[in-house]
Amino acid sequence: MRIGVITFPGSLDDVDAARAVRLAGGEAVALWHGDHDLRGVDAVVLPGGFSYGDYLRAGAIAARSPLMQDVVAAAGTGLPVLGICNGFQVLCEAGLLPGALHRNAHLHFRNRDQQLRVERADTTWTSSYEGGQVITVPVKNGEGRYVAAPADLERIEGEGRVAVRYVGGNPNGSLNDIAGVTSENGRIVGLMPHPEHAVEALTGPSTDGLGFFTSVLTAVVAA
Amino acid sequence: MTTRVDTVELAGRTPDDAQPYAELGLKADEYARIREILGRRPTTAELAMYSVMWSEHCSYKSSKVHLRRFGDLPPSEAVLVGIGENAGVVDVGDGYAVTFKVESHNHPSYVEPYQGAATGVGGIVRDILTMGARPVAVMDSLRFGRADAPDTARLLPGVVAGVGGYGNCLGLPNIGGELLFDDCYAGNPLVNALCVGVMRHEDVHLAKAEGVGNKVVLFGARTGGDGIGGVSVLASETFDETGPAKRPAVQVGDPFMEKLLIEACLELFAADLVTGIQDLGGAGLSCATSELASAGAGGMHVDLERVPLRDSTLTPAEILMSESQERMCAIVEPAKVDAFLAVCRKWDVLAAVIGEVTDGERLTVDWHGERIVDVPPRTVAHEGPVYERPMARPADLDGLQADDAARLPRPSTPAELQAHWLAVVASPDGADKSWVTEQYDRYVRGNTVLAQPEDAGVIRIDEESHRGIALALDGNARFARLDPYAGAQLNLAEAYRNVAVSGATPLAVTNCLNFGSPENPEVMWQFAEAVRGLADGCRELGLPVTGGNVSLYNQTGDVAINPTPVIGVLGVHDDVRRRVPAGWRAARETVLLFGTTREELGGSAWASVVHGHLGGRPPVVDLAAERALGELLAALSREGRVTSAHDLADGGLAQAVTESALRYGVGARLTVDGDAFVALFSESAARAVVTTTDPDAVRAAAERAGVPVTALGTTGGESLAVDGLPELPLAEVRAVWEATLPALFGHPEDLTGRAAGVVPAGTVPTS
Repeated sequence: MRIGVITFPGSLDDVDAARAVRLAGGEAVALWHGDHDLRGVDAVVLPGGFSYGDYLRAGAIAARSPLMQDVVAAAGTGLPVLGICNGFQVLCEAGLLPGALHRNAHLHFRNRDQQLRVERADTTWTSSYEGGQVITVPVKNGEGRYVAAPADLERIEGEGRVAVRYVGGNPNGSLNDIAGVTSENGRIVGLMPHPEHAVEALTGPSTDGLGFFTSVLTAVVAA
Repeated sequence: MTTRVDTVELAGRTPDDAQPYAELGLKADEYARIREILGRRPTTAELAMYSVMWSEHCSYKSSKVHLRRFGDLPPSEAVLVGIGENAGVVDVGDGYAVTFKVESHNHPSYVEPYQGAATGVGGIVRDILTMGARPVAVMDSLRFGRADAPDTARLLPGVVAGVGGYGNCLGLPNIGGELLFDDCYAGNPLVNALCVGVMRHEDVHLAKAEGVGNKVVLFGARTGGDGIGGVSVLASETFDETGPAKRPAVQVGDPFMEKLLIEACLELFAADLVTGIQDLGGAGLSCATSELASAGAGGMHVDLERVPLRDSTLTPAEILMSESQERMCAIVEPAKVDAFLAVCRKWDVLAAVIGEVTDGERLTVDWHGERIVDVPPRTVAHEGPVYERPMARPADLDGLQADDAARLPRPSTPAELQAHWLAVVASPDGADKSWVTEQYDRYVRGNTVLAQPEDAGVIRIDEESHRGIALALDGNARFARLDPYAGAQLNLAEAYRNVAVSGATPLAVTNCLNFGSPENPEVMWQFAEAVRGLADGCRELGLPVTGGNVSLYNQTGDVAINPTPVIGVLGVHDDVRRRVPAGWRAARETVLLFGTTREELGGSAWASVVHGHLGGRPPVVDLAAERALGELLAALSREGRVTSAHDLADGGLAQAVTESALRYGVGARLTVDGDAFVALFSESAARAVVTTTDPDAVRAAAERAGVPVTALGTTGGESLAVDGLPELPLAEVRAVWEATLPALFGHPEDLTGRAAGVVPAGTVPTS
């Protein structure tokens, strides 16, 4: 199973995402932002970091990079895409997911171990979890406050598009404690917390994050 | 617009032109020596180069005679590259080499906290990168004036945001450090940053210009007018009215560019496209070109107009002095230049060939065809002035040492003793540091095995073999004030112990020596004593010093800071899976104390917090005991005999058991021998608290190692219950321990939950 991990200039957690893919049993394939080549991968991860130094707006420039045009096109025909942190910001900027990520309400970068409730256990990236399961993964961001216009927020909630929600404290002031959302077809998921940092007991607060990567492998095999 | 360019030819014709050497920070005799070296007056550009390179910061002119002690230490097999390069390199086994170094950015951080701290991180990361290594982690050691002083509220949030902003954006985990407060830093905070990098032995690169005809390539950010040695320097130049605006001497960082520079450099190294390399830090291009040429066999020629500029009005002298960040200078074989430039293009890094290595022994710089610099590079880079400054034992030291902390009023009831305990752990120095460390990414790269608040940061360097490294930074300045020789050794001992409690074997030492003005004989004596103490300590522990940094002129008005030798120790883990954490995780484990507790309260946290007192003698240094303890801890880790280990230092046993208990919310029932006050607050060195499920085996091992061992009690429950004292519920101690820094600097939850009035106007993004 080939899972692509895109490296943009300023991507930081690409090595972590690739490790998570490998630990889940997949093959991690490095993808370069400047190529128009998805290298035949079965799914794509947009990793965390500060692509283009967060210039303009976080994720704004990366969303317009050459490879993202291919990602958007492929996502339209069902390619599973996971955006983590900066990757989530890129997906929102690219119009693949609703809403936007603003500067944290307290204006600080914040890194802590965070509890999340899995609201949707039926997406391509969360099927390894039980609905309502509470997991612990790191959160670390400066611009992670999820916002959407009131009508959009109502629609997102109404359609059950919230994939994961902060519990035990909201680290950044996200509306409705939203930590991550999914596309209508459940094949695109974006979240601010970092499941790829919770894949080994030695280095993470838990191994709860591995489920995102095992989920997609199962989904791709089933498809 | 053109300004008159001061050429070598012109300098020869106008030997008597007055030059602003004093405004550039040069003494009359130093200026005279430059004239003697050149046989004429220096050009404006040459004067600029000498002035920055002969500054205290670059030349170590006051400290050099003392630092030789580190070079005189017995050679260590582990050292692959020693003092003198950008950073020392040590062998950590399996073909891996590690390079690490700590550097100060104190004065820039006082002027502009965010950028000062950010570029401090950026500079040390480039030093590590220059050695050929991938930077893998950073640490920061921070000191401010009183925590409740208004200026601390100005400085601390900016410094923390700067350290975090730069390191986070580079993708380097911050794995530990220090945050301490003392009035002596009121007008002079200390911002020391450490970076550690990993490479294979064969990847070590050096800052050397070799091979006549090889090209000099400048790459990274464009050169601007930032960070030019201060307004006095600019004011001394003759500018047209239309010349560039005077810019501040603090540089501005762009971590995104540095991240690209890291990836580009590592790709260049991997493709073997680099013969020699030097980063541009203090003194910018002056430093990089003269050091590269000086370290090589030949000379170097640079055509300065080829330097990519951010501001086309910069004069040649300004270009040579600019400290614009995120720039590197490489020596590249002509046949490899195209491939070199291609890698730079891939990473969107600007690169320009600005010169070449020449035969002969001169560094020459032309500006549009006119020669503006023609100097022997060694005289710029390596043969600067050296001073044996006068030294005098501080006049107040006898009185200070006689003012014994033992005479201070002690708590007279168990309740009062407990109140002192809470005061120490809730003091800004003892309190929870999450307010700071939550602003740092500790997870990125996925190899962080231990990070703050652990005693040492531990990084895995090989996912297959599980080999890793441990690092600790420590610098107790109260002890160093009372006795700089012993203080430096105690800091060395503490960092050594912190690495050892994690289960690592200590391997090498770095340092950042923060002191007052070297022109003050008393400060110079403190410096010399600290260096002597550190060198003697390293000899006794069998550890090499692989590099370091000296920061002088740290003072508020005429009052010098307490001498602050910050010591970093690097250790090796054969298998990071056996690392030992500091927190208690389970009930019914035996708590043991290693080491001997004496009545040692001089310079202690208790004396400082409860009585505002600094006096007496620091704790006894016993490096043989430290070594025995360190070896015991490593052995216990290897055998998996202990479930936790925590070093005893500031705040003694009271602080240590509080931290171990609060980590995972597991309390303990403890009994202490003798006077409970001394047991809790003494800061005797060479001690650690461990927990184990096999106390007999641990006791036996300690006895074999000659380490005294005392039973303290058993873990469990939701309080710290010390015999003879009221029970201290963890919830109560946690509340005061966690409240201190948020109360001083604002609680994030106040802002996420509800509107709070502490956000400065204009800082809220409107998008």
